[in-house]
Amino acid sequence: MAVAALSHPAPEAHPTSTGLNSRKMLFWAFLGSECMFFGSLISTYLIYRGRDSAGPHPHEVLNIPFTSFSAFVLLMSSLTMVLALAAVQHGNLRGTKIWLAATALLGMTFIAGQCYEFTHFFYDGLKLQSNLFGCTFFVLTGFHGTHVTVGVIWLWSLFMMAVRGKLPVERALDVEIAGLYWHFVDVVWIAIFTLVYLIQ
Amino acid sequence: MSEHHESTRSPGEHAHPGAKEYLGIAVVLTVITAVEVAVYYVPAMRPMLVPVLLVLSAVKFSLVAMFYMHLKFDHRLFSWLFVVPMILMSLIVIGLLRLFGHW
Repeated sequence: MAVAALSHPAPEAHPTSTGLNSRKMLFWAFLGSECMFFGSLISTYLIYRGRDSAGPHPHEVLNIPFTSFSAFVLLMSSLTMVLALAAVQHGNLRGTKIWLAATALLGMTFIAGQCYEFTHFFYDGLKLQSNLFGCTFFVLTGFHGTHVTVGVIWLWSLFMMAVRGKLPVERALDVEIAGLYWHFVDVVWIAIFTLVYLIQ
Repeated sequence: MSEHHESTRSPGEHAHPGAKEYLGIAVVLTVITAVEVAVYYVPAMRPMLVPVLLVLSAVKFSLVAMFYMHLKFDHRLFSWLFVVPMILMSLIVIGLLRLFGHW
């Protein structure tokens, strides 16, 4: 394996002043900025919560059992993602493909659930322009859903790379960075599930 | 294979956990989520609902960040890049809530 590593130098092998991988550091800085982005959306939601005179109100439309299942699905996708990373780091191509596909499918399940939920809300009379709750809720959860969609596209791209044999152990960092993004999307949902759904 | 990872690991980084540990964390996360939902439905928990849910949510958040995002095992600088904006964001949320009369 050491020989293989020498003959195929990792793209992240260039020296840096910190000794740390610059791509990984850049991505952590990006996730830091994403914290601020979602923080602004969450604070906007919290500020305007309970200030609507016209409905629908959160307790009239939010479906806790359904969203709990969605939260569980996203948590399990974090498990499959980290198993995909472990597989690629150990040169297990079959495991990499299986776990990447499982993560993408779980992400698609979450998105499907969100589409169902949004459609349900629409027929219950909750739209983006209905009231402050509708506006802040759809913007917050919509941006999160968009992030999940981007993650699903990213995961299928990695899956296709694995299928074509272009995801060797030397490129494990590609999967690790995608994993960081995916786990971040998961932790944002942990916050949204508590602050929006459970604390009404 | 593990020799390869040992040789390419950055300074200040430790070995990542294995599949068993990841499964264990997933079980804990599932149990905490179940407790959160249960607490929501128990009328007797109403007065303590907000602090209990916030603590449980923070524990879930920390477990994912430490074990799945490997902050516990990677270089400290990565933790700082994530934790400092998190603290800043929390202070902004608290400040805005106070400013708009929620406390």
